Amino acid sequence: MLDQLLLARWQFAITTVYHFLFVPLTLGLSILIALMHTQYYRTNNEHYKKMTKFWGKLFLINFAMGVATGIVQEFQFGMNWSEYSRFVGDIFGAPLAIEALAAFFIESTFLGVWIFGWDKLPKKIHLASIWLVAFASNLSAFWILTANSFMQNPQGYILANGRAEMTDFGALLLNPYLWHQFPHVVTAGVKTAAFFIMGISAYHLAKKQDSLFFRTSFKWGAVVGVIASLLVAGIGHMQGQFLIDVQPMKMAAAEAHWETADPADFIALAGIDQENGQNSWEIAVPNMLSFLSYNSFSGEVRGIHDLQAEYTAQYGEGNYIPQVAPLFWSFRLMVGSGGLMILLALFGLYLAWKEKSVKPKWYLKVMLFAIALPYLANTAGWLITEMGRQPWIVYGLQKTADGVSTVMPAGYILLTLIGFTAIYGILAVVDVYLLSKFAKKSPDETAEITRNEEGSVWI
Amino acid sequence: MDLNILWFCLIAILFTGFFFLEGFDYGVGMLTSIVGKNDTERRIVLNTIGPFWDGNEVWLLTAGGAIFAAFPNWYATLFSGFYLALFLVLLTLIIRCVGIEFRSKVDSLKWRNTWDLLISIASFLSAFLWGVAVSNLMKGVPIDAEMNFVGNFFTLLTPFTIVGGLVFVVLFLFHGALFLRLKASGEDLQKRIANIAVKSGVILVVAVLLWVALALMTTDIFSKIPSLVLVVLAAVALLASVYLQMKNKLGISFAASAITIVLVTMAVFIGMFPRVLISTLNPNWSLTIYNASSSPYTLKIMTIIAITLVPIVLLYQSWNYWVYRKRVTAEDVEY
Repeated sequence: MLDQLLLARWQFAITTVYHFLFVPLTLGLSILIALMHTQYYRTNNEHYKKMTKFWGKLFLINFAMGVATGIVQEFQFGMNWSEYSRFVGDIFGAPLAIEALAAFFIESTFLGVWIFGWDKLPKKIHLASIWLVAFASNLSAFWILTANSFMQNPQGYILANGRAEMTDFGALLLNPYLWHQFPHVVTAGVKTAAFFIMGISAYHLAKKQDSLFFRTSFKWGAVVGVIASLLVAGIGHMQGQFLIDVQPMKMAAAEAHWETADPADFIALAGIDQENGQNSWEIAVPNMLSFLSYNSFSGEVRGIHDLQAEYTAQYGEGNYIPQVAPLFWSFRLMVGSGGLMILLALFGLYLAWKEKSVKPKWYLKVMLFAIALPYLANTAGWLITEMGRQPWIVYGLQKTADGVSTVMPAGYILLTLIGFTAIYGILAVVDVYLLSKFAKKSPDETAEITRNEEGSVWI
Repeated sequence: MDLNILWFCLIAILFTGFFFLEGFDYGVGMLTSIVGKNDTERRIVLNTIGPFWDGNEVWLLTAGGAIFAAFPNWYATLFSGFYLALFLVLLTLIIRCVGIEFRSKVDSLKWRNTWDLLISIASFLSAFLWGVAVSNLMKGVPIDAEMNFVGNFFTLLTPFTIVGGLVFVVLFLFHGALFLRLKASGEDLQKRIANIAVKSGVILVVAVLLWVALALMTTDIFSKIPSLVLVVLAAVALLASVYLQMKNKLGISFAASAITIVLVTMAVFIGMFPRVLISTLNPNWSLTIYNASSSPYTLKIMTIIAITLVPIVLLYQSWNYWVYRKRVTAEDVEY
């Protein structure tokens, strides 16, 4: 029998993972397009205008999907998670409202201004409008992550009147969880955009199409890609060490680290046996987990079983162990693709730096498929974040099972789950079709279409 | 004035702004397939809202966020209670959004006609659902002592709420037609729009009278004097708008239809005050601006932020309308 909780969780997982396929590219590409536009503004070189428009077109297709799926997110808390909404609304609602008011208004208004503004606005104002879009997109991420950080590591609240109430707005904003997560997400967004640009440029370079345009684009992608992929990894590492402190269970599960140990071994690969609370086999690197956790080859890392006992003592009887296998493998997927991206970006930068006009064919081919890597890593990262928080919906304060709406029958949730999945599936096909159609065009064609559509723009 | 009242007013303003702005967007959306006889005309029609519609929709997102932040219980009860209705609203918003962005991306009539039809249907359904939702806010819904909605999807559909849905459809159609009278160019196109404006205006007057009569019979919303006065003024503005439109006084006619929307929304919110969700089971179980609200501290923080940001938002959104104030012509959408 499918129950409300399970259905609501599936719905949240599907709609959120789907929404976040579009968000990182918006975050990163908006910045890169603003930079291209700035280059055009400074040099008055048509080349950069072409770049701005070509990548801008792809940006807009992606942006529309992000907006359309974003509205669902705001409604979903009330629809499926009404008890959660009552419990944390006093705190959680504020950043969502501020996001709309402070960020989303700017983003949507000035994107309209920018799209329709070629040749219609003073150049300075036109340039400012795309920077406002880039700024607001990332500001929007900040507010959403402020809300999420409260769920992960509650700060600045008291429990009163049967709910969590805000006592310190500043503490909400200074939540150290937020200041690890926000830079990680933003740099991941920039990295996503860099790989998007490198991948599509590689496709054209392999076909020897307009190679100057795509050589420049590729170079931009490579430079940004190296910086961003190193930053993502560095910040991610710090975030991991931070989590050992505030969410030890999440990290223990992500490392399949069952028993407390000092020094602790790092388990590279393992067969997870959740039922018996152990790994059926494992390949371990001695003392490495202590090193990763504390930058020293000694130091106690608490294991899942001890943490379970601790939580039972603290919060009462219950199962506090999240699903270990998906966490463990998501973590390896995220870190593995992260490492691969660093190598690919570095090699790309080397090629671009050497000014090699002919890049190795295999590399160009790999880079086209490497567009998928940041998407895999982004998704895996969120799965760790959200599944690792279980069984809590608000860490230590409310369990997921207590947050779900109970007023409507499970059939309603099933119906909307099917509805969203179906329409999201269709839109995925349309989106990929449009993106690849415009990605394959030569920049001159895009410029031509764009000119014809100007004023009407893209509509 | 306490902050609970302030936030009630602010949310009322956000919905008023949303219905006024998105109202003509919905109308334009519905009219795309009706008055646009070829691709160029449809592009002219859609491009009149091109730079604006996305910004207009944020009014709804902000209203939703504001309800969540200021009145979490209202948000929780309303969104879980109006579950399937809101799901349908979401579907229509998604389709409209991607439709408007994607319809011109492929040079194929079949592709474009399909999206145009979807945009029109989604706009129609969206407008209808908002009318149903607002009518239910006026009429009240079954809410128990624990603030839980105890009806189902069909509880929301009564003769009064369905008439409310149709009123919103025709009102937005009329409002959108007036917007197009101001913003679209093309002689034939304008003739067709004018024709629809007249017809929808006349139907609207009848529909609104019926809706208000039903409201007086089944709800207490217009039984408050200020509320009744506002709704009468709205009717006057509507008649003026229909009349002025026929006299080709387009600017002032559009202003009058905007005033109609503003006055009706205000009348509804004033009639509800201080309740935010009326219980049909027991008046004491209604959600009010006090039992549904956030803590005083959260309201204070949110007030400071809103008072700082709202004027800025209004400023740059108005600037946006001023920048793109010109009519959209065939030259804008063709080579």
